[in-house]
Amino acid sequence: MTESDFATRLNDRFPEGVTADEREGYQGYIIAADKLIEFATALRDEFEFDYLSSVTGVDYPDEGKLEAVYHAYKTIGGAELVFKVQTDRENPEIPSLIDIYPGADFQEREAWDLLGIKFTGHPDLRRILLWEGFEGHPLRKDWQEAYYEADKKPFKSRWPKAEYTRAEAKNPYGANVKYPDKFDPEKWVPEGEDALYGSLAKYETTDKDGLKTDHLTVNLGPQHPSTHGVFRIAATLDGEKIMNLNPVMGYLHRNHEKIGERNTYLQNMPFTDRLDYLSSLSNNFGYAIAVEKLIGIEVPERAEYIRVIMAELTRVQNHLFAIGMFLNDIGAFFTPSLYAIEERELVLDVFEMVTGSRMMCNYLRFGGLARDLPDGSLQKIRDLVFDRLPRKTDEMDRFLSENEILRSRTVGQGYLSTEDAIKYSAAGPVLRASGVPYDIRRADPYSIYDRFKFDVAVRYNGDIYDRYYIRLDEIRESIKILQQAVEQIPEGEIQTGKPRYQMKVPKGESYGRVEGPKGELGFYLVSDGTGNPYRYHVRAPSFINLTAFGPMCKGLKVADVVAVLGSIDIVLGETDR
Amino acid sequence: MEKEGINSPGYEIPEEIEGVVSITSIDRIYNWGRRSSVWPLMFGLACCAIEMIATAAGRYDFSRFGMEVMRPSPRQADLMLVSGTVTKKMAPTIVRLYNQMPEPKYVVAMGACASGGGPFKEGYNVVSGVDKLIPVDVYIPGCPPTPQALINGLIKLQEKIDGQSIKTVRWYQKGDTAAIPVPMLGPDLIYQSSIPAIKEAAQEEA
Ligand code: SF4
Repeated sequence: MTESDFATRLNDRFPEGVTADEREGYQGYIIAADKLIEFATALRDEFEFDYLSSVTGVDYPDEGKLEAVYHAYKTIGGAELVFKVQTDRENPEIPSLIDIYPGADFQEREAWDLLGIKFTGHPDLRRILLWEGFEGHPLRKDWQEAYYEADKKPFKSRWPKAEYTRAEAKNPYGANVKYPDKFDPEKWVPEGEDALYGSLAKYETTDKDGLKTDHLTVNLGPQHPSTHGVFRIAATLDGEKIMNLNPVMGYLHRNHEKIGERNTYLQNMPFTDRLDYLSSLSNNFGYAIAVEKLIGIEVPERAEYIRVIMAELTRVQNHLFAIGMFLNDIGAFFTPSLYAIEERELVLDVFEMVTGSRMMCNYLRFGGLARDLPDGSLQKIRDLVFDRLPRKTDEMDRFLSENEILRSRTVGQGYLSTEDAIKYSAAGPVLRASGVPYDIRRADPYSIYDRFKFDVAVRYNGDIYDRYYIRLDEIRESIKILQQAVEQIPEGEIQTGKPRYQMKVPKGESYGRVEGPKGELGFYLVSDGTGNPYRYHVRAPSFINLTAFGPMCKGLKVADVVAVLGSIDIVLGETDR
Repeated sequence: MEKEGINSPGYEIPEEIEGVVSITSIDRIYNWGRRSSVWPLMFGLACCAIEMIATAAGRYDFSRFGMEVMRPSPRQADLMLVSGTVTKKMAPTIVRLYNQMPEPKYVVAMGACASGGGPFKEGYNVVSGVDKLIPVDVYIPGCPPTPQALINGLIKLQEKIDGQSIKTVRWYQKGDTAAIPVPMLGPDLIYQSSIPAIKEAAQEEA
């Protein structure tokens, strides 16, 4: 079906309430709020867009509007469909899509938290990254933080003359805080966490003798060795059985998007490193693609190859680390992860050699790369991908996969069905381990991935074991891509035109996405024609994969929750952003 | 026992018993014991934590300094390695963890974020450095600090321990050491110490 066919069909189906978005540089459709539910249902059931990947919002104070932006896909592949709903800024209400696409759950909560869009019909619309009681919705354009200096960087004070006073000196409290007018801290009553605990449905069971049992609420984290950082789980238990579970996040909310909207486009590049800090090069890749779409710039061959090599090496080391940490979680304390980290260090050596940093690579530029491969690095990569990594992957497989304890803890546990995986917008290994062969490198190829022979790793049981094993599969596929790429890489330029540090970007919006190691990593950008993004949103796979976490854990024992979490493989920098 | 590790110079030891006798001061042996078994709290905040893990792993291996025993419980930890961005939402927890650690306790601020807010300093949910909350002994620059830098910082901490005297350390002084007041999450983070100032500002407006 071609694009115009689709438009006609859509028009026939919805003669009213669905209009094409004709603003300069924008795409997709604008839906009337009262038609949204009907539209989304038809989209899912009649037009086969069964996967709602991203939900976010944009604030347009000049027009007095808030806009919710949705990106939907078909799991059989193809490009995205963007649709938007506009609402009044004073009283922003949009119907929630949670019944049609349950994967919208956390994302709608995020949009409520940061932008103040009320999603009517959402059963649990609480703040998700900040805490209840926080003043204001920070991503609104007129909301200013305590250390606010100016709307756009570079700040006048720093350039061309560096007259910088420390932000603390300007704040009346000497710290990064501000309070609403007439705020009296002594009269203030903390909101507490009743809302959180209220959201965990309370149970009461009666046994056969009529003895009633209340259910117990427990918290795990934010400081807990198996939560992979500052992540918190609140759960109600019946004995040792999980009745209900809610992830609590935001303990590492570092305001990426607010800071990103103040930065220039290039200044955001190092910030993307710190999203999923295990795989900075994939993050660079996604962001570069989104900006390149906006400015319409080509990338030279050699640079594309280097990008792919770096992205796949990133995937390998990320999965190694993920497997190591997962084994930690299920009790094989540190021995497997020491093996995994040993290999990871070798990949990090390559990163350090090429980009100058082990973890925060900041290597991609719009239309190319920061620098070419240094002498000897290609040989190093060759040694790794033809010899060491395949051998060590097999070795890990041999040591771990048939281990009886590992198998009995994981096989058949933490089940996520195919339908649920799609429904909850799970991405990456979590989605593919549930039997959906959806990999953006294949489904909607970007860069030069259409040139390589590789299989999309897929497994069908949807349990913890498959989510563990699929990572080994993916390492092997990545090595295949790497082997082809290092053989084919041509000589040549690594940057189209001169490197550009500051540029004007044409008006419009773009969504760049890559298959990151953790799943679909998307960057949604809106440009108002200046040198700073007007809206900068990250579709974070770690965050959205957690939507399925609660349902997956229902009925399991407490100790299995940790294994399920390990098998999702989250990184908090990306979850909380 | 290594001679220079523990022996205080200035005492003549007869040659016959040199191999079996050491003469030292209480401070020296007390510090030698503590500096060689600093147990960190297993507690990672952000990206820097990954470098901390790498430092604990095979290649850099900080167990060479007696630090490999990471304790998930603050009750058993001597050192809080603040490895990452301190957010406002996390601030009360960090102070509470610090208060739960028994003396002697040390804090190392690892990386730009923990030292001063780092790249995210301007963020509305970011505390500009963990020293706004708890006292810090060693700051390690870097974003993230490399494992070498981390080890260097930890050696600095050991040197600091070496310089302490059992007569003056705070945990052997009379009286209780006061716990640090836990900040609250209000419309923004509320430090207990700034409550009077907030009240004053509110009154001025009124
Ligand atoms: S200092 Fe840098 S690497 Fe460390 S936590 Fe902060 S942003 Fe991450």
